[in-house]
Amino acid sequence: MDPITLSRWQFGLTTVYHFLFVPLTLGLGWFVAYMQTRYYQTREEDYRKMAKFWGKLFLINFAIGVVTGIVQEFQFGMNWSEYSRYVGDIFGAPLAIEALLAFFLESTFLGVWIFGEGKVPEKVHLAAIWLVAIGSNLSALFILLANGWMQHPVGYVINQATGRAELVDFFALITNPKGWLFFWHTISAGLATASFLILGVSAYHIVRKQNLKIFKTSFQMAAIVGLISSTMVFLGGHTNGQYMFETQPMKFSAIEAHWETSAPAAFSIITIGDLSGKREVWSFRTDQLGIHGVLSFLACNNFTCEVRGVNDIQKEYEQKYGPGDYIPLMVVTYWTFRFMMTVGLIMMLVTFLFLLALRKPIENAKWMKWVPWVIALPYIANTSGWILTEMGRQPWIVQGLLKVQDAVSPNLTTMDLLISLIGYTLVYGSLAFAMVKLMKKYAIAGPDATMHESVDVTPALVGADD
Amino acid sequence: MSYEFLQALWFVLIAVLWIGFYFLEGFDFGVGMLLPFLGKRDEERRAIINTIGSVWDGNEVWLLTAGGATFAAFPHWYATMFSGFYLPLFLLLVGLIIRGISFEYRSKDPNPAWRSRFDWMIAIGSFMASLLLGTAFANLAKGVPIGADMNYVSPNGLVTTLGLLNPYGLIGGLTTVTVFLLHGANFLGLKLEGEMRERAIAVSKKLYIGAVVITTLLLITTYIYTDIRTKLGINPGITPIASYAALLVTIYFINRKMEGWAFIMTSLHIVLTQVTFFTLMFPRVMISSLNPEWSLTIYNASSSQYTLTVMSIVALIFVPIVLAYQGWTYYMFRKRISTDKKTLVY
Ligand code: HDD
Ligand code: HEM
Ligand code: HEM
Repeated sequence: MDPITLSRWQFGLTTVYHFLFVPLTLGLGWFVAYMQTRYYQTREEDYRKMAKFWGKLFLINFAIGVVTGIVQEFQFGMNWSEYSRYVGDIFGAPLAIEALLAFFLESTFLGVWIFGEGKVPEKVHLAAIWLVAIGSNLSALFILLANGWMQHPVGYVINQATGRAELVDFFALITNPKGWLFFWHTISAGLATASFLILGVSAYHIVRKQNLKIFKTSFQMAAIVGLISSTMVFLGGHTNGQYMFETQPMKFSAIEAHWETSAPAAFSIITIGDLSGKREVWSFRTDQLGIHGVLSFLACNNFTCEVRGVNDIQKEYEQKYGPGDYIPLMVVTYWTFRFMMTVGLIMMLVTFLFLLALRKPIENAKWMKWVPWVIALPYIANTSGWILTEMGRQPWIVQGLLKVQDAVSPNLTTMDLLISLIGYTLVYGSLAFAMVKLMKKYAIAGPDATMHESVDVTPALVGADD
Repeated sequence: MSYEFLQALWFVLIAVLWIGFYFLEGFDFGVGMLLPFLGKRDEERRAIINTIGSVWDGNEVWLLTAGGATFAAFPHWYATMFSGFYLPLFLLLVGLIIRGISFEYRSKDPNPAWRSRFDWMIAIGSFMASLLLGTAFANLAKGVPIGADMNYVSPNGLVTTLGLLNPYGLIGGLTTVTVFLLHGANFLGLKLEGEMRERAIAVSKKLYIGAVVITTLLLITTYIYTDIRTKLGINPGITPIASYAALLVTIYFINRKMEGWAFIMTSLHIVLTQVTFFTLMFPRVMISSLNPEWSLTIYNASSSQYTLTVMSIVALIFVPIVLAYQGWTYYMFRKRISTDKKTLVY
C-alpha cells in the first residue's frame, strides 16, 4: 500500500468518525438549552430533570467530538502538506476563524455550564448553554465554508510565480453558496439526529412506563422538531443537488450512474455496475415506468433539460485538464446517495406518523418497542452524505484545481502511515467502546437514577497505591 | 500596512498564541501529571480535577488557534512542521485524546479499576504531550533537515521519530515536563485548601530543585547545539536572565506559602522563556540543518498580503473579546476547591 492510499483511508476514517459525534452535538445543544430555558421560565421540576438528563448524554457525546476534532485540525498539515501549501492562503483563513470565533466560545462556556451550576448566577448558567449551542453551530459554518471552497472554489487567483492559489475576495469565500447549502443541510441533519436520539430513548422509557411525563414531553418535542428538520434536510438536499448539477456535473451524474447524455433524463431506481465500478451492467430507470424526465426535474426543476452523461464529461475534462480518469468510484457515490435519500424519506414519514399517533396515548402502543431502532437512521444518512460528497469529488481534492495525488505529504513513508493508521484505529476503537457503554448506561438509567459519580467508600478506592 | 509589517505582526501573534498556550495549558498539563500521585482518595482526585475542569478545554483551544493561525498566515511553516514532525505529532495527539476524554469519563462509572485507568490516562497523556512539545521546540531551535523544496528530508524509513530524539531535543522535552510539573504544583497550591494544599506545596519544593537543574542544563546545551552565538535573530537582551531569575526566586515564595506569587513566578519563567525562543528565531520559523538558504522565514513561508490583512482585521476584533470572556471565567471560578463532596462537581 502506498502512502496516498493509506493517507486517504486515514483521513476518511478519522473524519467519518469525528462526524459520528458532531451532528448530535449540533442538534442536542439546542434541545438542552430550550429545556433549561423552560425550567427557568416555569420552575417546573420536570424541565430541570429533562435538561439534566439530556445534558448528560450531550456531554458524553461532546467529549469525543472534541478530542477527535483536534486530530482533524492537524491532519491537513501532517498528511496533506502539499495541499496545505497550495491552499493555505484561502483555506487556512476559515479554519483559523473557526478556532477563534467558535472553539473558544463553546469550550469556555461549556466549562461554565458544567462547573458553574450553583456557583454562577442562574442567568449566566443558562446563557452558557445557549452560547455552547451557538458556538458549535458557528464552528460548523466555518468548517463547511472551508469545505465548500474545496468543492466550488471562489474568490481566488492562481499566482503564476508561486503556483499557489491566493485569496482575492474574502467576501466571496464567506458567502460561497456551496458552503451555505452545506450549512443548511448539515445543521438540519444535526437537529434531526438529536430528535431521533430523543425519540428512541424516550420510547424505551415510555414502553417501560418510567418517568412517563418527562419522556412523553420529550417525545412530543422531538417528533415535532424531527419532522420539521427532516423536511428541511430534504429541501436543503434537493437544492444541494441542483447546485451540484451546476458546479460539479461529474459528481451529479456519478451519483445517478448516468452514463450517457440525455434530454429528458431518467432517474435510476436501481443500477448494477460491474466490479470495477466503472461500467453499467443492468439498470432500471423511471422512464421504463412511463414517467419521463425525473432526473431532469431533480437537476433543474423542469422535465426536459439535458443532463450530461459521465462519458461526455470525462471527454470534456480530458481536453480541459489533460489525460486521466475523472470518474469517481460510481458504486460508492451511487449507493451512498440512495441510502441517504431513502433514509431521509423514511425519517420524514416516521416523524409524521409519530405526530399522528401522539393524538392518542402512546404508552400502550405495541409498535413503541421498536422505536429505539430509529436512532440509527440519521447516522446512516450522515455518514453516507459525507462519503458521497467527498468521494464524488475524486480525483480532485480542490475541484478543478488540485488532485488528491498531488496533495499528499511527499516525505511520509508507508511505515509512518501504518503506525498512525493502526494507532488511530486502536485508540478510536477503545473510545467508541467506552462511549457506547456510558451512553447506554445513562440513557437506560433515566433521570432519577443516582449514578454514583461521587463514591463513599474510602481509601485506595481509586486504586491509588498508598 | 506593508507586507513586511504584516508578516512580522503575524509572527508576533502566533508567538503570543504559543506563549498563552504554554502558560495556560502548562499548569493543567502539570496538574494532570500530578493527579495520581497527589490524590489518594477519590474525592481528592476529584478535587484536583475540579481545579482545572472548567478551563482545560478552553486552554487547549490556544493550541488549536495557534495551529489554525499558522495555517492561514504561514502555510509553508504549517505544512513543513506538521508533516515533518509526523510521528511525534501523532503521539502528541494520542496524548491529548486520552487525556481529554478521561476528564469527562473518569467519574461516570463507580468501578475503581475504571477510574484508576482514566486517572492514569490523564497523567500519561499530559506527560506525553509536554514531553513531545518540548522536544519539538528544542528541535526547532536546533534545526531540522529541510530540503530545497521546503520539505523534510527523510533520512530513513521512519521519518522523524529517530531524528527528533537527539540529546538536545530530549533535554528540551524533559525541561518542559519538569517546569510544567512545578507550574502545576504551584497552581494546585493556589487552588486547593487544607491538607491538599500542604501536599501540593511539599511537592513544589521537591520539583523546584529538579526544575533548576534541568533548566540550567538546557541553558548550557543551547549554546552548544544551536547557532545563537553566530546568528541571533533579535537580541533578547535580559529576557533569558529574567526568566532564569524568576525560576530561581520561586522557592522563596513556595517556602513562605505565598502560592500566588510562586505561580506568577513560574508563569513568568514560562512566558519569558518562550519570548526568548521566538526572539532568537526571528525572522526564521524553521531552521534547515542542511543549508541555511533553505530555512523557512516569515518572508518565504507566508500567505499573501491580502490574506494577512483580512486575518489581521479579524484578529483585531475577536482576540480582545476572547481574552475578556476567558479571563472572566477564571475570575468566576477563583475560589479555592475543597475535598468536601457537597461542593465538588462531577
Ligand atoms: C458540520 C460540522 C463539523 C464538521 C464538518 C467538522 N467539525 Fe469539527 N467539530 C464540530 C463540527 C464540525 C463541532 C460540533 O463544533 C464539534 C464537535 C464536538 C465539539 O466539541 O465541537 C467539533 C469539534 C472540533 C474540534 C475540537 C474543538 C474543541 O477543542 O473544543 C476541532 C479542532 C475540530 N472540530 C476541527 C475540525 C476539522 C479540522 C474538520 C474538518 C475536517 C472538522 N472539525 C469537521
Ligand atoms: C465531517 C464530515 C466529513 C466527512 C465524514 C468527510 C469524509 C471524507 C472521506 C470519506 C474522504 C475520503 C474520500 C476519498 O479518499 O475518496 C474525505 C476526503 C477529504 N476531505 Fe472530507 N469529510 C468531512 C468533512 C470535511 C471537511 C469539513 C473538510 C475540509 C474542511 C474535508 C476535507 C477533506 C480532504 C482534504 C480530503 C482529501 C483526502 C482524500 O481525498 O482522501 N472533509 N473526506
Ligand atoms: C431526503 C433526501 C435527501 C437529499 C435529496 C439529500 C441530498 C444531498 C446531496 C445532493 C448531498 C451532496 C452535496 C454535495 O456534495 O454537493 C448531500 C450531502 C449530505 N447529506 Fe443529504 N440528502 C438527503 C437526506 C439527508 C439526510 C436525512 C441526512 C442526515 C440526517 C443527510 C445528511 C447529509 C450530509 C451530512 C451530507 C454531507 C454534507 C453536505 O453535503 O451538505 N442527508 N445530501
